Amino acid sequence: MERYYQPEIETASREQMLVWQNERLVKQVQHVWDNVPYYRKKMEEKGVTPGDIHGVEDLHKLPFLTKDDLREAYPYGLLAKPLGECVRIQSTSGTTGRRVVAFYTQHDVDLWEDCCARAIVAAGGTKEDVCHVSYGYGLFTGGPGLNGGSHKVGCLTLPMSSGNTDRQLQFMTDLGSTILCCTPSYAAYLAESIHERGLQDQIKLKAGIFGAEAWSEEMRRDIENKLGIKAYDIYGLTETSGPGVSFECSEQTGMHINEDHFIPEIIDPDTGEVLPEGSKGELVFTSITKEAFPLLRYHTRDICVLSRKKCSCGRTHVKMSKPMGRSDDMLIIRGVNVFPSQIETVLLEQGYPANYVMIVDRVNNSDTLEVQVEMTAENFSDSLAQITEKEKALVSALKAMLGIYAKVKLVAPKSITRSEGKAVRVIDNRKI
Amino acid sequence: MIIQQISIFLENRAGQLSEITDILAQSNIDLRAIHIAEATDYGVVRLIVSRPQEAANLLWDKGYILSTRPVVAAPVPDRPGGLAKVLHILADAGIDINYMYSMFGSRDEMAYMIFRVKDVKHLCAVLEANGLNGATPEELGIQ
Ligand SMILES: [Zn+2]
Repeated sequence: MERYYQPEIETASREQMLVWQNERLVKQVQHVWDNVPYYRKKMEEKGVTPGDIHGVEDLHKLPFLTKDDLREAYPYGLLAKPLGECVRIQSTSGTTGRRVVAFYTQHDVDLWEDCCARAIVAAGGTKEDVCHVSYGYGLFTGGPGLNGGSHKVGCLTLPMSSGNTDRQLQFMTDLGSTILCCTPSYAAYLAESIHERGLQDQIKLKAGIFGAEAWSEEMRRDIENKLGIKAYDIYGLTETSGPGVSFECSEQTGMHINEDHFIPEIIDPDTGEVLPEGSKGELVFTSITKEAFPLLRYHTRDICVLSRKKCSCGRTHVKMSKPMGRSDDMLIIRGVNVFPSQIETVLLEQGYPANYVMIVDRVNNSDTLEVQVEMTAENFSDSLAQITEKEKALVSALKAMLGIYAKVKLVAPKSITRSEGKAVRVIDNRKI
Repeated sequence: MIIQQISIFLENRAGQLSEITDILAQSNIDLRAIHIAEATDYGVVRLIVSRPQEAANLLWDKGYILSTRPVVAAPVPDRPGGLAKVLHILADAGIDINYMYSMFGSRDEMAYMIFRVKDVKHLCAVLEANGLNGATPEELGIQ
């Protein structure tokens, strides 16, 4: 018997959903028009007013928002509520020093946590479960999102955050964790550690909710076999709320989008044209219930396909495929957004040439990043200690900028090819 | 006894060192000492050659990253305890050695060690005060 967190919403008819979406979209456009001059200006430039938007069928008339807009409007330019009514911010690692900061009212937090609760219930979660949250807590949305969802379901919540494997395993065995929430690479790592220590018999896990980075079906099977669980994918982005924008059900054939909060569109990333249902293209979201940070037609830059095929779980919400790629050069490494431009900034700051290659790989189910940098006369010395000291400073500066460790490899000058056109800065050897 | 040392950035890849020695050989530049310090992914090769200025120009033109600096070619009695004696002299004078290595061959029963120290003139003075008068660069085959 399939269980739902909000059955009347999750199994609502298409007609009912459209009624909700139309009503909420019209209200949201007016809210943004009244409170976000940045977006109002965009609408005016396009010759659109709230009066032109009667429902979902008019969505295509609205201007798009991109990550560039978020950077330009940083920090308050897209805020639609007085700060006095906001209770939280979350943030993502941004590019070239500027982060994305998203604001939440208490209502926004509630709805976000509802979305996460739906995902937990879809993964079989009940109030009898022990929900072990090993996503990072803090500015990153992973920990706070699943933590809130777990509370709503009524699970005993273990706010573990990431890292400290010994403690993770101790709590997992001593307190009998049944649902694990973390990035897939960390789940794979924990699975390895459990096997190394022969703890398989003491683990009570039955399900895992893994997101925030790309993972393959092969990796899913591997984690499922090693932990003896069912592994569910979850999707989200800070700009729209966090994890829980969409989540997998027992069918494991795509993620149901919480359409009562987010209207998805698939567009051609080059022309911006809306593509017919079933096409592969860039996913665009319109938040129709967010109060503080209501993004309309926001480019996720994730390439995927939507499907309205009837799902065996009984949920009627549209399903999105796993993202098949990015429409730009952003990389997701160990769950963190990494832009080549960030690396460039650090190299220039540290006195290295901005001629580099990033090599991303996956070793033992964990992402690795190597940055190859050319040695220069200025950075060279006959003393190895001086060179390694500078190298260490570069590694720390990269860690501070990216939020993850990058191995630096100093290479001979001119050994990195300089091409005429677009430089090949990224070599992604991950097979996902 | 002060001579010029050339240090070259070495990417750890097969054949790179032989490329350097080939370049020198083609110009008839004689190698008087060689020393390699290595990290995981790269190394620094230090050379004492017969014509340092010319060698540095050649290597620079070939795209190598390098630096030159003065080092001391200190005479060391070529017999048991010879090096120990020199090291004692340095220790007594409170001189820190960054690194050291030996030159090829010997001359008048003296071997020669290359010392990389902060103050090369001070080291020379200390050695001379202890009766260790080094050879001139010319005597060491260095122009
Ligand atoms: Zn389903």
